[in-house]
Amino acid sequence: MAEEKWQPSPSLPSPDLGTGVIGWLRQNLFSTPGNSLLSLLGIAILVVTVPPFVQWAILQANWFGDSRAVCDAAAAEGSTGACWVFINVRMDVFLYGFYPELERWRVNYTALVLGFSLIPLLLPDWFKGVRNQIVLGLVGTVCALAIFGVIPAAFMAAYLFMPLLLVRIPGADIGGLASGQGALSNVMRLALAAGVGVALYYLVFFLVEQNAAFPIALAGTMTVLVPLFMGRLSATIWRWALLFTVFPVFAYFMLSGDVFGLTHVETHYWGGLFLSLVVSGTGLGSALPIGILLALGRRSELPVIRVSCVTFIEFIRGVPLVSVLFLASVMFPLFLPDNLTIDKLLRALVGIAFFYAAYMAEVIRGGLQAIPKGQYEAAEALGWTYWKMMGVIILPQTLRLVIPGLSNNFLSLLKDTTLVAVIGLLDLLGIAKAAMADTEWLGFTKEAYIFAGIVFWILCFAMSRYFLYLEKKYHMNYQ
Amino acid sequence: MRDQKSTLLNDTRVRGWIAQALVLAILLGLAWYGMYNVGQNLQKAGITTGFGFLSEPSGFDIGQTLIPYSSKSSYFDALKVGILNTLLVSVFGIIASTILGFFLGVIRLSPNWLIAKMAGAYTEMIRNIPLLLQVLFWYLAILAPLPGPRAALNFQDVIFLCNRGMQIPKPVWEPGCGVVLVSIGVAILASVALIFWARRRQVMTGQRFPAVLVSLALLVAVPLAALVATDFPVSWDVPALRGFNFRGGVTILPELIALWLSLTLYSATFIGEYVRAGIMAVDKGQREAAEALGYRPWLMYRMVIIPQAMRVVTPPLIGQHLTLIKNSSLAVVIGYPDLVHVFAGTALNQSGQAVEIICITIAVYLTISLVISAFLNWYNNKFALRGF
Repeated sequence: MAEEKWQPSPSLPSPDLGTGVIGWLRQNLFSTPGNSLLSLLGIAILVVTVPPFVQWAILQANWFGDSRAVCDAAAAEGSTGACWVFINVRMDVFLYGFYPELERWRVNYTALVLGFSLIPLLLPDWFKGVRNQIVLGLVGTVCALAIFGVIPAAFMAAYLFMPLLLVRIPGADIGGLASGQGALSNVMRLALAAGVGVALYYLVFFLVEQNAAFPIALAGTMTVLVPLFMGRLSATIWRWALLFTVFPVFAYFMLSGDVFGLTHVETHYWGGLFLSLVVSGTGLGSALPIGILLALGRRSELPVIRVSCVTFIEFIRGVPLVSVLFLASVMFPLFLPDNLTIDKLLRALVGIAFFYAAYMAEVIRGGLQAIPKGQYEAAEALGWTYWKMMGVIILPQTLRLVIPGLSNNFLSLLKDTTLVAVIGLLDLLGIAKAAMADTEWLGFTKEAYIFAGIVFWILCFAMSRYFLYLEKKYHMNYQ
Repeated sequence: MRDQKSTLLNDTRVRGWIAQALVLAILLGLAWYGMYNVGQNLQKAGITTGFGFLSEPSGFDIGQTLIPYSSKSSYFDALKVGILNTLLVSVFGIIASTILGFFLGVIRLSPNWLIAKMAGAYTEMIRNIPLLLQVLFWYLAILAPLPGPRAALNFQDVIFLCNRGMQIPKPVWEPGCGVVLVSIGVAILASVALIFWARRRQVMTGQRFPAVLVSLALLVAVPLAALVATDFPVSWDVPALRGFNFRGGVTILPELIALWLSLTLYSATFIGEYVRAGIMAVDKGQREAAEALGYRPWLMYRMVIIPQAMRVVTPPLIGQHLTLIKNSSLAVVIGYPDLVHVFAGTALNQSGQAVEIICITIAVYLTISLVISAFLNWYNNKFALRGF
């Protein structure tokens, strides 16, 4: 008797209505009566809002032209679209404010140098090898040569290749300056850096240009301090160091001028997107270091330092940024002697930096508390000093942990730079408002604000995505 | 000799003292120097320091006052008006943004693809645009181009919207309305008591009582009954166009509308994210258990998910409310008469007392945030989960 082998019947195809477009719609939009109602409501909202906006902003809009007449003519023919001609015509003002037209290349050049110095720092994975760094340096130099000429290209090359050269300088440890520990060797290092600073000052003062002496001496001192206190550095650390020592002085010279034959451009001519980026760039760059110091101070065992940091942080976090800016613009000048005036822009920058430093400090404090105690104890057992323990063991782990919090603060800072418009600085928003008041272009408020909104949205969205990338890259598991 | 010196310098405690003494000396030195300069500068400008100016007449008018105020009132009254206006827009902003934020947070997790994506797009769009830009957009691009009073948008002849704001009817209390007011108070007290009793009974016996519905009914029915019994002692002062402007009713300033709207829409996106995070933090098993017990989605959210999510949501939620109060200071750019605009703006320019006025303004904000932080600490101590 032949045993019949059991054959499974072929599986049925999935029901028609469970797959494909209709199936997807049924599952995701119309699964229950309530859901269907919600979906219909959503569709209704989209139908009411999106097509008219697209009509206004794109289909019926006037894009090209050189005067208001284009838009008026279109409006007379019954078109109700946006008038992007307004933005087009005033684009220069939106970008540079009232920075003199002939000098605008200086802004572009500074931006180019900043861009090329930031690329290897923001995308470290691509620039691990020396080859890519050299390629980047060459590309930067060629760009600068093509757009700005020989001298700017020479500076660009010097700036971009400097870190690669600096790591190759053999470290001569004269008198234990680089490796020595204890208070005495710290004093020696400071003295050496100060000596370098003074020498630089007089060299520049007598041989090059008097105005440039102090900033260059300051940058030189800071640059010398870095290897003296941190030992041998990698090219990446050197890039960071140069970004915080040499670049600010360079940017100050380029943008403000009055040295090396550059015309002086006072800060009240600065404006537009350029000023927004200056404010947010200096804010982002200085708030984090100050915040780290405040957070460390808040956890310090020295009562005076702890109490001052706590007071400062809690005070700042309790008041709005507007009042801090008012304080900087109205009240602070009263605290200075008559003959000393500090530029309004600088006061606003300092106000924003310290305001956000207090918020950063709280985020970093949270991270410091989350580092296991063993990490501190291990560093102490090795006999490391406080700063070495913090700089090498604790802070790198802390910063990784608090990336999401820092990202929130950075984004708020970027958005809140618009508040400088309150004290009369003409950032992108201030310029938009000033442009609207132009009698030739009355009535294009929506266009100006939507343009400014899109610019800020792109900046903020890009930054939030970048921080998500960092968060994934440095994700840590304590398990 | 040299050896001993360097060991002293290398002693952490000694170095700690030196560092502290240095910091203290620098701070005190800066403070003294600043104060000295302030004294010099004020003397030169001929401004007398002190808080005596608070009782002097201010000499300026304010567009929106919740308490009686005129240009003959004192600076102190102007301060009170400013604080009340700040609190007004903050309270309305907090209420509206919390409601909208919860709605956004819940529907972003909804199984309905379209609705969830729309909420996500809204959140990503609004929170990446500076608040100041949104305030200016609503005020200058949307409300300012509205037609004038004569061509105002007309809602049933009762509410009007024009470039001078929104006109709404005002209740006029006539003699005998005391009973109605008392009845409203009684209804509120009764519903609070009812909700407490219902919660207690549920804890004791497990039986639910529809306390919210009943108290809503109480809140409507009791004042209505009082109105009927006293033969409607309330009439409405409806705004009407007289000449070039509206007479009667209450005017809601366009500045208030723009500020309230932008604060609400902006803050709601952050609250929505906190709510979403809170709901996602509730263990999946809780949801499955509720579903296994046959809870309907609404009841599941109401009884199981939201109460547990609130533990996670409340601290950042209150932090966001605090941010909203501080952000209401953006009023100054559109001229809504809040604390900063009235006091740190107009009053400062009038009196020249920069130091005192900025200090008072900052002190008010500090007080508000310290009170709210104290509440938050109390809440955390009371409701945070312990023992994990």
